[in-house]
Amino acid sequence: MTISNTVKITDELIAAHGLKPDEYQRILDLVGREPTFTELGIFSAMWNEHCSYKSSKKWLRTLPTKGEVVIQGPGENAGVVDIGDGDCVVFKMESHNHPSYIEPYQGAATGVGGILRDVFTMGARPIAAMNALRFGEPDHPKTRHLVSGVVSGIGGYGNAFGVPTVGGEVDFDARYNGNILVNAFAAGLAKTNAIFLSEAKGVGLPVVYLGAKTGRDGVGGATMASAEFDDKIDEKRPTVQVGDPFTEKCLLEACLELMASGAVIAIQDMGAAGLTCSAVEMGAKGDLGIELDLDTVPVREEQMSAYEMMLSESQERMLMVLRPEKEEEAEAIFRKWGLDFAIVGKTTDDLRFRILHQGEEVANLPIKDLGDQAPEYDRPWIEPKKPAPLAKDDIPQADVADALLKLLGSANLSSRRWVWEQYDTLIQGNSLQIPGGDAGVVRVEGHATKALAFSSDVTPRYCEADPYEGGKQAVAECWRNLTAVGALPLAATDNLNFGNPERPEIMGQLVKAIEGIGEACRTLGFPIVSGNVSLYNETNGQAILPTPTIGGVGLIHDWSKMARIGFAAEGEAILLVGAPAEWGTHLGQSVYMRDIHGRTDGTPPPVDLAHEKKVGDFVRGLIAEGIVTVVHDLSDGGLAVALAEMAMASGIGAEVSQLNGLSPIPIFFGEDQGRYLVTIPRERLEWFNAERLKDSGILAPQIGTTGGRELKLGGARAIPLAAMTEAHESWFPRFMGD
Amino acid sequence: MKSAVVVLPGLNRDRDMIAALTKIGGKPPLTIWQTDTEIPDVDLIVIPGGFSYGDYLRCGAIAARMPVMRAVAEKAAKGVMVIGVCNGFQILVEAGMLPGALMRNASLKFVCREVKLQVANANTAFTRSYSAGQIIRCPVAHHDGNYFADPETLARLEGEGQVVFRYAEGTNPNGSINDIAGIMNEGGNVLGLMPHPENLIEHAHGGSDGRGLFESVLGEQSRILTEA
Repeated sequence: MTISNTVKITDELIAAHGLKPDEYQRILDLVGREPTFTELGIFSAMWNEHCSYKSSKKWLRTLPTKGEVVIQGPGENAGVVDIGDGDCVVFKMESHNHPSYIEPYQGAATGVGGILRDVFTMGARPIAAMNALRFGEPDHPKTRHLVSGVVSGIGGYGNAFGVPTVGGEVDFDARYNGNILVNAFAAGLAKTNAIFLSEAKGVGLPVVYLGAKTGRDGVGGATMASAEFDDKIDEKRPTVQVGDPFTEKCLLEACLELMASGAVIAIQDMGAAGLTCSAVEMGAKGDLGIELDLDTVPVREEQMSAYEMMLSESQERMLMVLRPEKEEEAEAIFRKWGLDFAIVGKTTDDLRFRILHQGEEVANLPIKDLGDQAPEYDRPWIEPKKPAPLAKDDIPQADVADALLKLLGSANLSSRRWVWEQYDTLIQGNSLQIPGGDAGVVRVEGHATKALAFSSDVTPRYCEADPYEGGKQAVAECWRNLTAVGALPLAATDNLNFGNPERPEIMGQLVKAIEGIGEACRTLGFPIVSGNVSLYNETNGQAILPTPTIGGVGLIHDWSKMARIGFAAEGEAILLVGAPAEWGTHLGQSVYMRDIHGRTDGTPPPVDLAHEKKVGDFVRGLIAEGIVTVVHDLSDGGLAVALAEMAMASGIGAEVSQLNGLSPIPIFFGEDQGRYLVTIPRERLEWFNAERLKDSGILAPQIGTTGGRELKLGGARAIPLAAMTEAHESWFPRFMGD
Repeated sequence: MKSAVVVLPGLNRDRDMIAALTKIGGKPPLTIWQTDTEIPDVDLIVIPGGFSYGDYLRCGAIAARMPVMRAVAEKAAKGVMVIGVCNGFQILVEAGMLPGALMRNASLKFVCREVKLQVANANTAFTRSYSAGQIIRCPVAHHDGNYFADPETLARLEGEGQVVFRYAEGTNPNGSINDIAGIMNEGGNVLGLMPHPENLIEHAHGGSDGRGLFESVLGEQSRILTEA
């Protein structure tokens, strides 16, 4: 029985494929006739926002993407950065927001699977993962269900695949009620002389399909992810893919084995828009045509149409161009791992994307226009309105100890242990720092002293108030967290999550955030080497907070000198490095104002990038010299929360007495940027001030001393560590009903 | 002292285990593939952790029925030492080489954290480097580690000293009966345990409490290497 590929192309059908009338006209001009149903599906898959970056491309081009250590910038499956000794780190962050809202377990699981595949497609063995998660307000009826599903989905996939999850973020805000964010990061290690790319080379070579079979799951997923949600969202569940980490683990081993055999010319994983996107990318990048015969594609369901096969987002699949003489060897490797191996097509010299099915040509399209010459928009945007700064004397008061306890036990600042204990943080035996510190750290296998640090950061409330400053701050905080463990920040990946770009005010957020990110990356020498844009995060016209997540990677030359956040000993001096002359000052957009006083007004703290760099380089130098081993950066909740975290991580208390007599609220809760806490043995303080601090141009006054089992902040009552830990650790389990 | 590690599709702590055996034993172990029916002459076979065959059907159930496990059982019958860690423990139970069952954690969630273990029997080939009753640190990382056995089996295990490791100081992470973390067979040459001693063997791991297991089985040679 033949499967029909003839469906009448109507205006409704075009709209249902997310194509605008002008885009359809462009298709007609390109093809010179009415497209077939399969062709319409292919255009929809390639030209949607998710795959084409058509709204963001113009602005993404302004980001710095080059640097001394950058081997591969954006445009491939992941970015590649040199870490010396013939090794490189391959990494990227990617969103799986829309599917995770519709079906949290599988949505999050396949997000992890997708990003891991991006990394090993390039020839790297994954060594670390992170996840930046944003959920709606805790009391929203769907939030618990989403948290539970997403966390177990991430664990279910990552744990079985075998990669340690070493960092991430979990935030709650009402603005994510209808659109949660699941941003998955993965990094892998490869040899610099064995990086694999997607660009096909050579005419008449076999195009090989590898991995799992093609089913009907995920058909149209990328198009779904390029639209806003409404009340009928549940109808989109069939567009969510189903993950199989077991197959992915086998695929990893088989791919690495195959790559080592020298058989691979080009490789591309099948992610969004599956077979279509992977084949088009390989061909378009290599200036070659591709011809596929769908009768040879391994399928797990019968009677699949060409349209379904081309748009399926079944997971754990790869497409490769192989050296013909190595075909047999390649097939044997895949059979050994129980995976499918099929020659499904060939490269051609005519720059056409031809699809054959049951003896019929069901698509014949110009490959370049589908791929690297897809439409691009310069969407109208308006400058975001800046909020008024808080008045200098507008300092709402609260008891410092009460406020600190409340913040430590709040939805957004409480411990995330409930989450990360469901992730395998130790597998591979190289984890030096797991979640709970400033950055995750993993040692580089095969090297005696080197380690890589990972951090994922953004403060969406800052971005909402001022996208430019918020963009800068996201980069600066990531850079600061890497620095705080002693790592030299190398490069970053960006995952830009925004609302509907067709609204000028949303487009304005995107434009200004990218401008801020670019500015910070340039000043800090922290190029963007990969990334992903997720737009249309809106439900019934309500957009998410602008959330440009930055995932950064840093290099530690000698991990024996790495710093941690917990106090190391009693009686040590606590120094506030990078302190402004007038101490903490900035309460606008702070968590203190939001969570203690219910206020979200004011400007976010500005980031002085020159100051940031100077202070960060100074702190990193102190760590490398072995002068300090205890470091924590200041961020949400300011000085008070940072001190509490250092105390809770160690079981050692502190007394902060040097700031008495000043207005305590801005000092303890202000979120001024570019600051770190470090400790130093008291007997070395004089030496430190004379030999290291004096000519540095940096302020690092002592603010207190470690010791005891309480935290005493200025004139406030002392808080027992046990009370802080109780508040900090109990919120999440209680929230989830454990 | 020759050792071998069983490698099955879906296992993922094989590299951790190979690293531990290499670092502590001084030479890398052999690896054995799922379809191997003959195992070379070795003194120790280790089945590492992971998710063999995706843990589909039931943890360890498919692996237990692969050809390689018949060969492992034959070796065990001849007195060769066998250790199953995590998924390896589940496989040994499914293969009938150890009694009882490993059920889903009482919390119904995957759990990865450090726990305390008591060496319940230090008079075994696997624990002779520890002292009796010694409390050690050790990480766990599993979804199905809730050990269960019927009362009769349990009484036998307890009575014969076959309970080798027990979760201590209230750190039982999975609801295991009698806080059981690891057991051995009657012959004393097959050990199964849920925790991962291979992930706590050096300074980089923040401790080396897991070394004792490997030093016990790898013998004198390893102790010399460790001290050097």
